[in-house]
Amino acid sequence: MIRVTYLQPDGRADTLDLSEGGSVMQGAVMRALPGIRAECGGGCACATCHVYVDEDWLSRVPPADLMESEMLEGVAAERRPGSRLSCQIVLSPSLDGLVVHLPECQ
Amino acid sequence: MGGLLVVGGSYAAVNIVIGAREAGYDGRIRLLSAEPHLPYQRPPLSKAYLQGKDDEAMLAIRAEAFFRQQQVELMLGRAAVQIDRDEGCVRLEDGSVLAYDRLALAIGARARRLPVPGADMQGVLSLRSLDDARLLRDQLAEAERVVVIGGGFVGLEAAASAIQLGKQVTVLESQDRLLARALGVPLAEFLAAAHQRRGVALDFGAQVAALEGDLGRVRAVRTADGRRFAADLVVVGIGSIPNTELAQAAGIACRDGILVDHFTQTDDPAVFAAGDCARHPGRTGERLRLESVQNAAEQGRVAGANMAGRQFAYEAVPWFWSDQYDLKLQMAGLAAGADRTVRRGEPAEDRFSLFHYRNDRLIAVESVNRPAEHMLARKLLAADLHPPPALVADPSADLRVLLAEIAAVTAASPRR
Repeated sequence: MIRVTYLQPDGRADTLDLSEGGSVMQGAVMRALPGIRAECGGGCACATCHVYVDEDWLSRVPPADLMESEMLEGVAAERRPGSRLSCQIVLSPSLDGLVVHLPECQ
Repeated sequence: MGGLLVVGGSYAAVNIVIGAREAGYDGRIRLLSAEPHLPYQRPPLSKAYLQGKDDEAMLAIRAEAFFRQQQVELMLGRAAVQIDRDEGCVRLEDGSVLAYDRLALAIGARARRLPVPGADMQGVLSLRSLDDARLLRDQLAEAERVVVIGGGFVGLEAAASAIQLGKQVTVLESQDRLLARALGVPLAEFLAAAHQRRGVALDFGAQVAALEGDLGRVRAVRTADGRRFAADLVVVGIGSIPNTELAQAAGIACRDGILVDHFTQTDDPAVFAAGDCARHPGRTGERLRLESVQNAAEQGRVAGANMAGRQFAYEAVPWFWSDQYDLKLQMAGLAAGADRTVRRGEPAEDRFSLFHYRNDRLIAVESVNRPAEHMLARKLLAADLHPPPALVADPSADLRVLLAEIAAVTAASPRR
């Protein structure tokens, strides 16, 4: 199990134990957390699963590829250095303990 | 009180629920679906799911916990057979009756059947539902020669999936090019070449006359000009028919779709419709029936809010996508009717966008592996901004300069 904490803009925190191989987006959607719409279902096509990877984790999460990086130009909330599409962050043991922040809007 | 009754099992239905709750509706909501599954995503069915990359658990749009949390009563595997508007209720196949205060129809579309002899044989499949996809995935594993009838998105994605699984694949298209309704000519031609390069045989102007087989199992497709294409499996992707019967029988106005106004309301103020089954006045007033995730989700959300008493107009920019091989196709707006097209990027590098104009107004942008331009296009179209073609055509120009203009327009308008 990989533990991921999702922090909402209002301070709410949800910590989930998720299976390896799924994505940070799927974890949130399957457990019905607010803040992630994931309209396209993980196709890297809609940019509605935007999260900010916590600073402490930035160096440990594999970087966005070109497609994702370009999609991030279109996110509804502000794009920051930690901005990622959570459908593209695949859960692996090295991400156990990951913390992501949800943006104000998708 | 009957509350809200939502009929449907995919994006539109789920987003109606979300829209109603977000708008503060706290009454009873029931979601009725004829399919036994939790509302699920259809796009992966012809892509990752068909290639065996996604499993079924990943297809649900929301977990069961979400519906519980939102206090939505799920009624799965139960089909509505009649709407009684006088009584304000829906009758189900099993004889039960569900009363509603407001009813939403998000009942989608079904695959068009091939109107030729032999189309009912085993090994002739269409692809619309999870059950269809299960069957196709199983039969694809056994097949060697696959004939796809119809060069639309479903057919081409199925073809791409099949050839990547090592099958021999032929696509028969009745028109003289691919995707005649959905894409402009240059992108359709690019896509045709991309499929051919990867080994898919494309046959244009092919009129299918009959399917042939033995012992009830398909063996070949015969065309009107007498050619015979051997097949172990035939995938039919020749478009869809909106599910309007339920509405029509109840006297709700339909015309190739359930007719709705800008507020997603049918001609009965208590009945709403959204998604593939609905035909709505588009941004420019023409009646559109769109089959896309964006349309189902955004129209659904608007419908849900309006069922909860809001008055939101649905006027979102249409966008859709398709993944074939390593090509990410993203379309914003609708390219039909363009009188000028400007290209950015290089088709030879599989990375370019086509900016389509009509009367010097930007109407659509089609992109291949250029997500940033697609995202920009969605914003430009929503803000009704029309960058000069000369700027778009200049490869040294950074189109991000347009973002400031978009921000100014967006700030000036109260919504969007």
